[in-house]
Amino acid sequence: MTLFLEQILNGLQLGVFLFLIAAGLTLIFGIMGVINLAHGSLFMVGAYAAAVTTAYTGSFWLGLLAALVAAAITGMVMEIVVMRRLYHRDHLDQVLATFGLILFANEATTMAFGRTPLFMDVPGFLNGSVEIIPGVIYPVYRLVILAVGALVALALFLIIAKTRAGMLIRAGSTNRDMVAVLGLDIALMFTLLFGLGAVFAGLAGAMAAPLVSVEVGMGEQQLILAFVVVVIGGIGSVKGALVGALLVGLVDTLGRAFLPDLLRLFFDSATADGVGAGLSSMSIYILMALILVLRPAGLFPMAGQRH
Amino acid sequence: MKKTLLAVAAATLMTTAAYAEPVKIGMITTLSTGAGYLGEDVRDGFLLAVKEEDGKLGGTAVEVMVEDDGRKPGNGKQIADRFLKREKAEIITGVIFSNVSPVVAPIALKAGAFYISPNSAPSLFAGKGCHENYFVASWQNDSLHESAGVYANELGYKNAYILAPNYQAGKDSLAGFKRFFKGEIAGETYTKLGQTDYAAEIAKIRAAKPEMVFQFLPGGMGINFMKQYAQAGLKDSIPLVVSAVSMDDKIMGAVKDAAVGVRSTAHWSMHQDNAANAKFVEGFKAAYGRNPTVYASQGYDTAKLIASALKATGGKVKADADAFRAALKKADFDSVRGEFKFSNNNHPINNWLGQVVEKADDGTITNKIVKVVAPNHVDAYTAQCPLK
Repeated sequence: MTLFLEQILNGLQLGVFLFLIAAGLTLIFGIMGVINLAHGSLFMVGAYAAAVTTAYTGSFWLGLLAALVAAAITGMVMEIVVMRRLYHRDHLDQVLATFGLILFANEATTMAFGRTPLFMDVPGFLNGSVEIIPGVIYPVYRLVILAVGALVALALFLIIAKTRAGMLIRAGSTNRDMVAVLGLDIALMFTLLFGLGAVFAGLAGAMAAPLVSVEVGMGEQQLILAFVVVVIGGIGSVKGALVGALLVGLVDTLGRAFLPDLLRLFFDSATADGVGAGLSSMSIYILMALILVLRPAGLFPMAGQRH
Repeated sequence: MKKTLLAVAAATLMTTAAYAEPVKIGMITTLSTGAGYLGEDVRDGFLLAVKEEDGKLGGTAVEVMVEDDGRKPGNGKQIADRFLKREKAEIITGVIFSNVSPVVAPIALKAGAFYISPNSAPSLFAGKGCHENYFVASWQNDSLHESAGVYANELGYKNAYILAPNYQAGKDSLAGFKRFFKGEIAGETYTKLGQTDYAAEIAKIRAAKPEMVFQFLPGGMGINFMKQYAQAGLKDSIPLVVSAVSMDDKIMGAVKDAAVGVRSTAHWSMHQDNAANAKFVEGFKAAYGRNPTVYASQGYDTAKLIASALKATGGKVKADADAFRAALKKADFDSVRGEFKFSNNNHPINNWLGQVVEKADDGTITNKIVKVVAPNHVDAYTAQCPLK
């Protein structure tokens, strides 16, 4: 039972990472109509900026700040230099151009930092574990990730539901031409929105850096899952991204943790684990297929979604 | 990603051997991904031996072509085809991972080239599938982990939780550990190759309450696991007993305090006392400004093994394959691990050392040799190999 609880926490934590990446992706995809494959690169930029800055200054906070700034700048430059030319092109052009950006980002990172991965320590004050309920000991750092995820989700909801900027975002996602006709600088809004999405991806990268090795191509693994999240949640919906991310995180982790044990009742352990690993990564896509059958536009489709 | 590093040779060799083209050696290795340092160290160890002789091995000029396989069998195949057909390489070496070697080795052998592994040695080529032109300078995959099983017995552990990535070498590793470990297996888990987050697996280990954990997670996987294991507070309550590749110098340096107390077995240590090793460790530090890992020692030994055979044949490889093969089999060179001899399946018979990571008062962390735990260890497949 305690194991189950711990695995649920692990699943939620994967969900937080996916949410941070998918939130930006869904906003960009839903509102600007752009498929940005290079969104994972922003995750990588955040992780590298955090690892390098922390190594130089010894301060986790400076590292975190550097990650957010670096990701925001990279994102906005990406928007101004490349994305802006793609809004009126079809999706194939966008996929090709942003795939090129992935290759560019990976090669540039290799040239700058080499192929050897970087490593970053968990900040001292977050090191160690606590017993959250009797029998469940959990690393403090991973709990903080959960808390940060919850805070970001809350903040994003408040921004979108309560502020003028949020109103424009909602308006833009419903009818972008109308917003432009009303005299709003839509180009500026897109750049800022892109920057916001980049900041979330950078935050995810910075938080992941102490857990995993910081290496070239680390964003692509996350990106595929994030796209699944966007599709499950409904394109353009931040609420959908949150629910979808938590669902995918839980299904993936619980599948990885418990499927092999279930299958071991029928097969030997290598087969059970092999099939289990395969099935659990497939389970996400099965989930996606099921949801798309029942709700073709995702769990929380945006009103006026253009198809 | 694909960068050809054309190393050495040229200039110096022109003065001596007017008659001979340099012997071409194709090195297909893993330079990218989290495990990129494995290939880098094999390459650097190998090239150090070439540099010692100014572009030669055993008095014969060599040209070493290095390419990155990115841990992908498909890349390995393409590079092997190019090295063998276009570049006419006579020796193929360098493969790190056992998902790549089963693809690359048969291509090389079919082309009549010699395949000399500095690392990967899956069971596939050790038993019935052994081949007269297939040599391994490191160890057989299983025996790396068999020695860890022997060490765990000596330390008195009665049950163990074991985990490894779900690919050929991972399966070999758990099979190897279990073959010699006398205690019970508290749990067995296969992870994804290249997995970065082990939270779910660590939770299972905590719940299973084993006396010890054995893991085979080389390169970045091991660094991630080790850090997360210490973060979860398990390092001291459930100790780790692992094989050399899960506790090399790079992992130790990256995880620092999280490595202290971890026990491992290895066929070579930086601290081994013999003339060849002293020369190698010193030379490696001087040339690259870092400590050599076990992979670097294997790269160096591979080059020295090739050098001994080239010396015996006067630089002929395919031109006199029988002589080259016989010379390789003799292994007439000073290995950095001390004694070196081949079993009948062309895999080395190693003396396995038990080690423990200790922290000195000045804060330096070293992997200290405790004792020899498995002397003259012959791998499990050698009897099935028809070679003499």
